[in-house]
Amino acid sequence: MPSDMPGVKPRTLFEKVWDAHVVEAETAETPAILYVDLHLVHEVTSPQAFALLRAQGLPVRRPERTLATVDHAIPTDSATWRAGLVRMPEAARAQIRTLGDNCADADIELLGINSSRRGIVHVIGPEQGATQPGMTIVCGDSHTTTHGAFGALAFGIGTTEVGHVLATQCLLQRRPRTLNVILDGRLPEGVTAKDAVLAVIGTIGVDGGTGFVIEFSGSAVRAMDMDQRMTLCNMAIEAGARSGMVAPDDTTFEYLAGRPKAPKGKAWDEAVARWRQLATDPGATYDAEVRLDVSRLEPQITWGTDPGMVTPVTGSIPEAPAGSPAARAVDYMGMAPESCMQGQPVDVVFIGSCTNSRLTDLRDAARVLEGRKVAQGVRMLVVPGSQATKRKAEAEGLHRIFEAAGAEWHESGCSLCIAMNGDRARPGEVVVSTSNRNFEGRQGTGARTLLASPLTAAAAAVAGVVTDPRPYLNSHRRIA
Amino acid sequence: MEPFKTLKSRTVVLAQPNIDTDQIIPARYLTTTRRDGLGAGLFADRRFDGDGRPRPDFPLNRPEVADCEILLAGHNFGCGSSREHAPWALLDYGFRAVISTGIADIFRSNALRNGLLPVVVSETQWNTLAGFEGEQIEIDLEASTVTAPSGERMAFEVEPFGRFCLLNGTDPLGFLRSREDRITAFEESGPWRR
Ligand code: SF4
Repeated sequence: MPSDMPGVKPRTLFEKVWDAHVVEAETAETPAILYVDLHLVHEVTSPQAFALLRAQGLPVRRPERTLATVDHAIPTDSATWRAGLVRMPEAARAQIRTLGDNCADADIELLGINSSRRGIVHVIGPEQGATQPGMTIVCGDSHTTTHGAFGALAFGIGTTEVGHVLATQCLLQRRPRTLNVILDGRLPEGVTAKDAVLAVIGTIGVDGGTGFVIEFSGSAVRAMDMDQRMTLCNMAIEAGARSGMVAPDDTTFEYLAGRPKAPKGKAWDEAVARWRQLATDPGATYDAEVRLDVSRLEPQITWGTDPGMVTPVTGSIPEAPAGSPAARAVDYMGMAPESCMQGQPVDVVFIGSCTNSRLTDLRDAARVLEGRKVAQGVRMLVVPGSQATKRKAEAEGLHRIFEAAGAEWHESGCSLCIAMNGDRARPGEVVVSTSNRNFEGRQGTGARTLLASPLTAAAAAVAGVVTDPRPYLNSHRRIA
Repeated sequence: MEPFKTLKSRTVVLAQPNIDTDQIIPARYLTTTRRDGLGAGLFADRRFDGDGRPRPDFPLNRPEVADCEILLAGHNFGCGSSREHAPWALLDYGFRAVISTGIADIFRSNALRNGLLPVVVSETQWNTLAGFEGEQIEIDLEASTVTAPSGERMAFEVEPFGRFCLLNGTDPLGFLRSREDRITAFEESGPWRR
């Protein structure tokens, strides 16, 4: 609704999307019934939900609003694929087979293990144009927030709720509050959306967003491309937020135009006209607001075991009083208390995950690696977010840069972001990772994770230690 | 789901804040298509060392807490992923309630839907309860109170619908399905919904 209509209360982006999907309003006793436009499904959090429907004899209500893929449990290393996946554990095989059977039974489109369009669920939704502004999007996966970059209301749900959506295309939801995170200024060279969102989490804390939907706004966000906006919204959950959103604009529409599942022709024009109405009206209010000037921001890196334990890469580990969570984290990380981040030794570097595995992320990594070598003793994995991203990167020759540097170039999937598909770090190893969670054991039992941008991760691979990526940028052409 | 009315149990304390879902149930346990049996993986990397031996310093490994059904956990418990395997693992292990000063959003709703009661108390109240580790405390969902061994009674809030479902063993899916006419009408009225 345009804001200049008399008598109409100005609304935020979130409120507009929420209001348009309320089937039944919330009361003191019952949550709202919220309609779901797009339900994304993957192999790990869906089998028990399909089983629930079967047990109750219920059909999938709207299979055409459901899109499935395999990403979490599938191996990504090329050798395993060349060997015909014989090394894939039976449990993973069973999960993938179960998803295949469930999708076939319910007539759900599955971008399965042999699909050229498969990939990480949060990469393929946008890539296929299935993710669109103004939609409600859910998935049994907390990083569903990624899709909010398009001005959708997107959030993760549990498996029981996956069952609810399969059966009714609806969810029971209490309306969250709104938090406006304003990023002013312009990101300096070598500083990315990943650094900005890590700084936000460092500022508001890992529970600072609890109960809120975050809208990311401000000039820095307007200047970001879609890949960067996705990185931003992807990590909203790491601040505890229900979701992250960015108002759609020409950048959004240009990204979506011509994608396989985007509207075409007249429907496209109508959709864009509708999407233009979604941005927050002037005068609309949020429940809370945080402002950050990013124009002097430095590359960020985490030093601890939650994403809020973060510092500029030029900084050091803060003082940690004995017995504090910070002291426990420093101990787990095996780092000297209060030591500098630069110079911390690195064993593994991972470029990938739904946070940073899209084409521009791979270009960033290549920009640092071109003409250089991964340091001796460092293992580097580059894992594209989808098979389509992989093909695009190869068409640009990025894989040759990675391979020439001595990095591994993988098939797409969640890979080392989550230690359940064969890719994992060994106990005690330090991984500089472009993923989103540095929790204890996330990348393998006893593994230690430092979260950073693709630039910072690639620079660490070359240096063999944590280092400021900025000196690595200028001597090489910008690949774009 | 079994109805939840009252629960009397001793507590075990895990005071560390921000215990995430990867700690509750490491990802390697997620390659299952079932929801039972996950108790074996509960806090696996905290409970066991690299050789699979129980770590004596981890609270759950102390013999006297074996039958505790209430977990008194540090702030922001259950942060991280939406994996419902986390509450499944806690339930399978034998917990029926988690008390904390803050419980992460998705974990809380997952817990509620599975009969694991999430209870949020103030920091002072949490400290009081922690002082009674190993002693019986009582949770009354109908009254929405926690009673400490000292007799001190603490009120807590649970989302009313979740509370109703838990008290009566009602499946929320039944409620959603009872609204199918409205859902259909909504689908037909939507400007861009076929
Ligand atoms: S890449 Fe990591 S965070 Fe993203 S969906 Fe996969 S496991 Fe989850």
